[in-house]
Amino acid sequence: MEIAIILALDVLNGASALFLLCLGLAIIFGMMRIINLAHGEFVMLGAYATVVSANAGLNIWVAMLVVAPLFTGLVGLVVERCLIRFLYGRLVDSMLATWGLSLTLIGVVTTIFGNTINGVPTPLGGFSIGAYRSSWYTIFLFAMACVMCALVYVVLRRTRFGLIARAVMQNPGMAAALGVNPARIYMATFTLGAAVTGLAGGLLAPVSGITPVMGGAFVAKCFITVVGGGAAILSGTLSAAGLFGFVNQLGAYFTTPVYGEVILFLSAIILIRLLPQGISGRFFKGTL
Amino acid sequence: MAINRRRFLTTSLTASASLVAAPAILTRGAFGADDPILVGSLHDQSGPIGTSGVPMVKSLELGISEINAAGGLLGRPLKLVHYDTQSNIQMYSQYAQQLALKDKVAVVHGGITSASREAIRPTFDRFRVLYFYNTLYEGGVCDRNTFCTGTTPAQTVEKLVPYAMSKSGKKAYIIAADYNYGQITAKWMQKYVKDNGGETLSVDFFPLDVTNFGPTISKIQAAKPDLILSALVGGNHTAFYRQWTAAGMKGQIPIASTTFGLVNEPSTLDAAESDAILGAYGYFEELTTPASTSYVEKLKMQSPDIPYISELAAATYEGFYLWAEGVKKAGSLDRMAVIEALETGISFDGPSGKVTIDHATHHVVRNAFLASVKDRKWSVLESYPDAKPLDTAGVCDLIKNPADNQQYVIDI
Repeated sequence: MEIAIILALDVLNGASALFLLCLGLAIIFGMMRIINLAHGEFVMLGAYATVVSANAGLNIWVAMLVVAPLFTGLVGLVVERCLIRFLYGRLVDSMLATWGLSLTLIGVVTTIFGNTINGVPTPLGGFSIGAYRSSWYTIFLFAMACVMCALVYVVLRRTRFGLIARAVMQNPGMAAALGVNPARIYMATFTLGAAVTGLAGGLLAPVSGITPVMGGAFVAKCFITVVGGGAAILSGTLSAAGLFGFVNQLGAYFTTPVYGEVILFLSAIILIRLLPQGISGRFFKGTL
Repeated sequence: MAINRRRFLTTSLTASASLVAAPAILTRGAFGADDPILVGSLHDQSGPIGTSGVPMVKSLELGISEINAAGGLLGRPLKLVHYDTQSNIQMYSQYAQQLALKDKVAVVHGGITSASREAIRPTFDRFRVLYFYNTLYEGGVCDRNTFCTGTTPAQTVEKLVPYAMSKSGKKAYIIAADYNYGQITAKWMQKYVKDNGGETLSVDFFPLDVTNFGPTISKIQAAKPDLILSALVGGNHTAFYRQWTAAGMKGQIPIASTTFGLVNEPSTLDAAESDAILGAYGYFEELTTPASTSYVEKLKMQSPDIPYISELAAATYEGFYLWAEGVKKAGSLDRMAVIEALETGISFDGPSGKVTIDHATHHVVRNAFLASVKDRKWSVLESYPDAKPLDTAGVCDLIKNPADNQQYVIDI
């Protein structure tokens, strides 16, 4: 029984982390159709922003929840203005450009901080369930996933910006005819996506080793989750992250971590084969 | 002068032949007694393994400048030919060929992971370039052209496992990186646990890009071991120690590792996350012998922001000096003459103490040390003088079979 609770927490942890990592990508790729291969490096930037500011004496929570998204959002803004805005509607070109961007970011961070492993200690402690122990941070990650989910929902559904953003993504020409400036909306949406990704990096900083190349471990998983989720940003990412997090964590527990990864990618292939439009192409059609 | 077909052919043939031969003739002609002896180096200076490689190259540079200051080898100065392999196996193969064929170096020191060593070792065998591998590894390489100066499991794991078991208990849980180093080291760990009357509950392998250790931590808790043996490698795997502490498991089950602290883990992890982790290596920067302190001082003077100076760096320094002693003894750079000189059991007093080449295995007899992390530094608890590479000696005898050339793997 106790082990079941611990396992449930593991699954919750895996799914929350995956959801947080994918949300920014879902906004950038799902809404804007920009294949951002530098997604993993945005995670890395968020993590570095957290580590650097926390080691400089800033409160760890401020570093994670404020500095990481602000800094990464800022980088996102610059990147959009200097690079991405020339590439809207050119899928392959944007892919190549962001791949180059990812290599550049890795190079810059390596030059500044070296390729040593960095990190901050995990805040909050552990708690025990019978003979087993787990960490409060797991619960915190889950709570953050819920908060981010609600936040993105409210912004896209209930605010004027959200309405305009969705309109621009669906039909930029029509939106422009109605007096909206699509370029500005694109810029804001990309910045938002980068900031959300940076936040995920900040939240993962205390539980991972931080190196300039850490982004590579996330980017493939994020893409299959977003593609597996389909067109609906929120419900798609949520359901795909839940499913893949569940499969990966349980697979890793009952077999080995090697097979855990294999099972995750296999189930993604099967899912895409059965539901070519992703989960939300069939089940949450038309939702956010 | 009329050019007929035959004359055109002969002139163009001579011209192209002399063009092809020119570099050889020119370099031969330009060679003087004072030309530097080239020492090849293949070490990652960037990428995931770069941090390990930097102090190794710095050690080579230090050794070369010391020997040059003392008048060089055979009356000639030494010069380093270094290539950054960027943590990329393909680069290792390319640069190995370049060192052997284009630069024509006298010796190559290099390779950090076992995978990189196995990528370049055949190249140096084929092109007859003497090769030194100066990294602790899983043991078993048996090759007359190769000298391995780092520690092997019989020198470190064999001391670490019984010590850790005596402090905690008999039931061990092994976690290791999923490539040849982790796989083979895990086998040695299992063997030593069994030899000491213990039991291995489970062996888990992790690809190098695994960052989430939640399921494993639950699994370890369910198995209730007395001791965790870790051969995890690299940045992503550092997350294990962090998540372990976050779950409140630190202090519940002790950890002994064959890889922890080789780079800069103790200084990047919090004291609460790393305290009391056990490790055994052939060298620690914290050793207080005069040879060790002067070596560390010289390295830090040469490059003030050098990362942690571990066995990797010390063994590279010692490996380089062993080669230099071999050349001195042979009185020539000829590969076979140097190998035969080294096989007479040449030794060198390095920062870790006396290191001696063992003829039968081409490994070294060297001191080993056991330490635990205390307040983000290693504190040395035990030392084991003149530890022999018994694992490799059990399978490899280059005196009897000089033509042997393979890596033996232990069977369990």
